[in-house]
Amino acid sequence: MANIMIRQNAAGGLVFYLPKRDLEAAIESIEFDTAEKWGGVLMLENGGSYYVDPIAKPARLPISVRARRLGAAED
Amino acid sequence: MAALTREESAALIAEVLEVYPEKAKKDRAKHLMVNDTTLESSKKCITSNRKSLPGVMTMRGCAYAGSKGVVWGPIKDIISISHGPIGCGQYARAGRRNYYVGTTGADAFCEMNFTSDFQERDIVFGGDKKLAKLIEEIEILFPLNKGISVQSECPIGLIGDDIEAVSKKAAAQIGKPVVPVRCEGFRGVSQSLGHHIANDSVRDWILSNRDGQAFETTPYDVAILGDYNIGGDAWASRILLEEMGLRVVAQWSGDGTLAEMENTPNVKLNLLHCYRSMNYISRHMEEKYGIPWMEYNFFGPTKIKESLRKIASFFDDKIKAGAEAVIEKYTPMMDEVIAKYKPRLEGKKVMLYVGGLRPRHVVGAYEDLGMEVVGTGYEFAHNDDYDRTIKEMGDATLIYDDVTGYEFEEFVKACKPDLIGSGIKEKYVFHKMGIPFRQLHSWDYSGPYHGCDGFAIFAKDMDLTLNNPCWNMMKAPWDKAAVAAEQKAA
Repeated sequence: MANIMIRQNAAGGLVFYLPKRDLEAAIESIEFDTAEKWGGVLMLENGGSYYVDPIAKPARLPISVRARRLGAAED
Repeated sequence: MAALTREESAALIAEVLEVYPEKAKKDRAKHLMVNDTTLESSKKCITSNRKSLPGVMTMRGCAYAGSKGVVWGPIKDIISISHGPIGCGQYARAGRRNYYVGTTGADAFCEMNFTSDFQERDIVFGGDKKLAKLIEEIEILFPLNKGISVQSECPIGLIGDDIEAVSKKAAAQIGKPVVPVRCEGFRGVSQSLGHHIANDSVRDWILSNRDGQAFETTPYDVAILGDYNIGGDAWASRILLEEMGLRVVAQWSGDGTLAEMENTPNVKLNLLHCYRSMNYISRHMEEKYGIPWMEYNFFGPTKIKESLRKIASFFDDKIKAGAEAVIEKYTPMMDEVIAKYKPRLEGKKVMLYVGGLRPRHVVGAYEDLGMEVVGTGYEFAHNDDYDRTIKEMGDATLIYDDVTGYEFEEFVKACKPDLIGSGIKEKYVFHKMGIPFRQLHSWDYSGPYHGCDGFAIFAKDMDLTLNNPCWNMMKAPWDKAAVAAEQKAA
């Protein structure tokens, strides 16, 4: 489990940021994206994937959440 | 046009790597690339932020250098104690020439060395008592300090001193923030982790100190982040921002104060110059206080114009008009500088190897002067920095991460640049090779280079270095005579 931050970039897309490893990557897809359920599996552009427990859609980004690594791009 | 073609660059990298043992070769190959401007992500081409190879000459610093030397050091009214043996502190006291207004020793302390001067008995019995006493003494001798930070050197982590407990107790005693910073030099692979640790300690101990207190804001409040006022850089940037109608509330951390930092959560926009060393705190402020942040670049007129317009786009029409007015005001001055120096510098090739932002930020300034950057690299960048660099650099140019002394020399021999911009450790090597060199970490004792005023100095310095007659005198007179005689005979 790692703390990650999800923020919005200028173009409106979601960006994944893992402070511990200074890993920044655009989020290609998010499993759940509705007002009451938001989160699930995040697919990153670098090939990695993380799982975030679904929560109600945050009113404001960025938000720090706990995430579990499913598959990383490197190693 | 690049100095080398793509094939030549690739061949050069392969040739340089040839001398390494198999394992080292495999590792170093990942850190060198030929630029391809069509790439979106650097990930597949370059690896960064990895441990340097044992046995090679690296130019990196340590986490303590990143925290004390870069982020905490320039805050003028905080006393940063170098907790540990004496050397680290001695070599980290405003060596980057972080200018500030204040009376050193009375209300400003950047240039002074406060250290606990660890001896053998402190290693054996622990240094906590000494630290407590040191803080007490500081309070007596320098009562105008606004806070204290404890910058750990390697032994503190190794012997497991509890600086947090000492700091907490001392803070309660003196009624000022005392910030323990766990920036032992062995943490991480370079100074980069030191920046991160320093940012995190600012976040935990300083940033929210004034939450809930009244602060008179305007709609045009901004903070300058990641400008360390080297040779007055932040002042040159501040002039432009204030002229366009913004109010600069805080400077992080060159010529900055504790009060400025505590007031930063009230600003409307964080302006980030050195992305590498301050993005962490910007991200935190974005999440906690909803303050947007943006990167800007004040090197060279092209980038300044771009940045001013981008900054203005966050504000209303008044600021947008202000930005245009600033651009209009300074354009003739910039044009004059370019008219004067471009003919003397045009077509010259530059190679860079600096720290965390300049390898890409100064490219625009060199291009404004008609010069071409043929190779660039970072000491401690991460992959997101390289993503940004790819776009700034020309196609088929060399990009090198954590370049070793040997590789850099070989690249220079092959590319034959007219000017090299790098650090003090490389300076004299290249001087002896007869190549003009500018020290780009602290502007070779010149500066400022930011902003419009800075660009004029930048252009002048590059001209003075490049066109210095001494470079024609690299050969001894008798050697010259021999060469001339040979030519005559032939």
